[in-house]
Amino acid sequence: MSGLLRIIVQRLLLGLVTLFVVSIIIFVAVNALPGDFAREILGQGATEESVAAIQKQLGLDRDPLTRYLDWLSGAIRFDFGIPLSQAMFAGNFGSTAIVDVKTVVQQIEPRLYNTLFLAGLSAAIAIPLAVTLGVLTALYRNSAFDKIMNVSTLSAISSPEFFLAYILILFLAVLNPIFPSLSNINPDLSWGELVERSMLPALTLTLAVTAQMMRMTRAAIINLLASPYIEMARLKGLSPMRVIIKHALPNALAPIITVIALNLAFLITGVVVVETVFVYPGIGQLFVDSVKIRDIPVVQACCLLFAAVYILLNLTADILSIVSNPRLRHPK
Amino acid sequence: MTILYVLIAAILLIGVAFAFRSVGKAATGNAPFFRDMPTGVAYGYVLAATLIVLSIWYFFKPLDIDGVPQAGVLFFRWAVIGFAIFAAAAFVFRLIFRHVGTEGSKKLFRSMPLTAAFGIMIIIIYAIFAVFAGFIAPYGQEEVLGAANVVPGGNPALGGNPDYPLGTDQIGRDILSRLIFGAQNTVGIAFVTTCLAFFIGGSLGFLAATLGGWLDQLLSRTVDALMAIPALIFALLLITIATAWAGSSSWLVTIYMIFIIAIIDSTRVFRLSRAVGLNIVVMDYIEAAKLRGEGLGYLVFREMLPNAYAPLLAEFGLRFCFVFLTIASLSFLGVGIQPPLADWGTMVRDLSPFINYAQFAPYAAATPLLAAGAIALLTVAVNFVVDWMLHKSSGLKE
Repeated sequence: MSGLLRIIVQRLLLGLVTLFVVSIIIFVAVNALPGDFAREILGQGATEESVAAIQKQLGLDRDPLTRYLDWLSGAIRFDFGIPLSQAMFAGNFGSTAIVDVKTVVQQIEPRLYNTLFLAGLSAAIAIPLAVTLGVLTALYRNSAFDKIMNVSTLSAISSPEFFLAYILILFLAVLNPIFPSLSNINPDLSWGELVERSMLPALTLTLAVTAQMMRMTRAAIINLLASPYIEMARLKGLSPMRVIIKHALPNALAPIITVIALNLAFLITGVVVVETVFVYPGIGQLFVDSVKIRDIPVVQACCLLFAAVYILLNLTADILSIVSNPRLRHPK
Repeated sequence: MTILYVLIAAILLIGVAFAFRSVGKAATGNAPFFRDMPTGVAYGYVLAATLIVLSIWYFFKPLDIDGVPQAGVLFFRWAVIGFAIFAAAAFVFRLIFRHVGTEGSKKLFRSMPLTAAFGIMIIIIYAIFAVFAGFIAPYGQEEVLGAANVVPGGNPALGGNPDYPLGTDQIGRDILSRLIFGAQNTVGIAFVTTCLAFFIGGSLGFLAATLGGWLDQLLSRTVDALMAIPALIFALLLITIATAWAGSSSWLVTIYMIFIIAIIDSTRVFRLSRAVGLNIVVMDYIEAAKLRGEGLGYLVFREMLPNAYAPLLAEFGLRFCFVFLTIASLSFLGVGIQPPLADWGTMVRDLSPFINYAQFAPYAAATPLLAAGAIALLTVAVNFVVDWMLHKSSGLKE
């Protein structure tokens, strides 16, 4: 067990180092912006005072290394400063006292919950569906059912998300008004309303992630079917379903868990397009909006957050596949 | 409410499944097929039969009731007819190439599943449209014609115009022409980007595999760090910065985008080609070539590349899909290929509000889906071909 603990600590440290390098990449990329950033943001009507105010507020008047260390130490304390849009407001109106200004974290936090809710809802639909379909297609492999599922999931995964989203909107919102086409979410809604309003984006994401998990489940199970213990179970006279569920599936868990974790990472970081289509107030939409108005502090914070989630889930996939496989748990 | 009805129907079908099995048993004198049938399988048969009957009923429903167009029926008919035409065309395509061509290609087509034949056919069609867009399209892609917002369908009574079969957009450009030019721009740019990604990632990957040492370590760790940022997010971040550099020149933005996506995707190519290269480097023929005193270029291009051909080709297909979808998504979000170039992602975004009028104007609602469908069709086609290639090369039979 201590060996396992050591591996986990090792991976965690490696993840932290990666995150640190990523923070450098993000900072360097963002600060490669040419020219006077404050002036460019303010446009034609920039006065000397407002430019100076913004520069002071964003700390642009200091050298890059100090700024990076400042940003990093802030990030560790979950303090990403104030969004540029707010700073601009304060700068334009000459008030340096920040009274009613939302910080980046305050802006991100509720949206992060929304995105996590959407990801959770999609995962709650997609994972049972994918594993069930995977087991069924492995059970009835090479049948008409298997081939139809294979072709349709492959088509779903290769279509752009906005295509799936608009098809769903067309059939489930416009022609048959079952779900609303715009996800108007706010914290006061009841649980049922929340689920109903996020249903279409969740279904779109489900279509986008089910295929890979299903195909991996199917392949992992079929890979095992030639093993002697499966032969044994079959010769004992167990039903094919029981052979797969009781004997094949537990041994096929490692690759399935890995692919599920990777798809969870996609559900959180790949939502940008889906959230834009459904105007879902999540972190992906915030990111795109900030990219468009070049709100650098928000873009930086979102990027770091996405990278952290991505690294964390990849790490989890790594660790879980080690935990679920005794041969990897006790390396020779 | 609709969901409730569907649930009740699904439960009722369980009874039908039991009836189906016992009727089958009685009719065939307890044949093994029915005797050993699990309830789930019986349910599957009944469900499939019900869905087929329902689809046929829906397909033949009248197109308008008392003058109100039934958009749902119309879309369903289009989908079914389109699917049937594509399937038939793929079948004929495969049939023709089983008898025409070289001995090798004939043999290839004889063992090919219909999905792969469909994929190859679609790729050829797209290639033709992309190369000859200028000759096929009735109008230019930036040409602003007389009338804006002409309704698709070409029926003057409904506000259409037979000159513009798919109508015109908000500022009066022919949608059909822009769709055809989209093949040139969107597919062309994605192809160039993928080639660039392969050139960068492939050569660096092979170099790292052959030379090893500190160069391999440096490149591998850099790639690790770059891959820790989700691709679309990273692309969005870098393109924001690139637009600031490019200023108002839309050409420059597109070129920056090509390089940014190529570099992000080359990390994935690097991983694969390095892994493939490491397997090849330990072969005896590489050792022999090294002893002969061959240079690095000869080793990489004449010894390693031909032996890494199969996995790299499959990766090229997948990478192309990925790049194509990334570019389409970026354009859809408004930061990708810049107007006035015709591009499918941008077209979907610009035309998407019309989907909300599907109830009253089904033709207008179909145009954004056509552009999105054009993207989907190509990626599905490429994925079908890659799936078949991987299946063939892995030698999996079951």
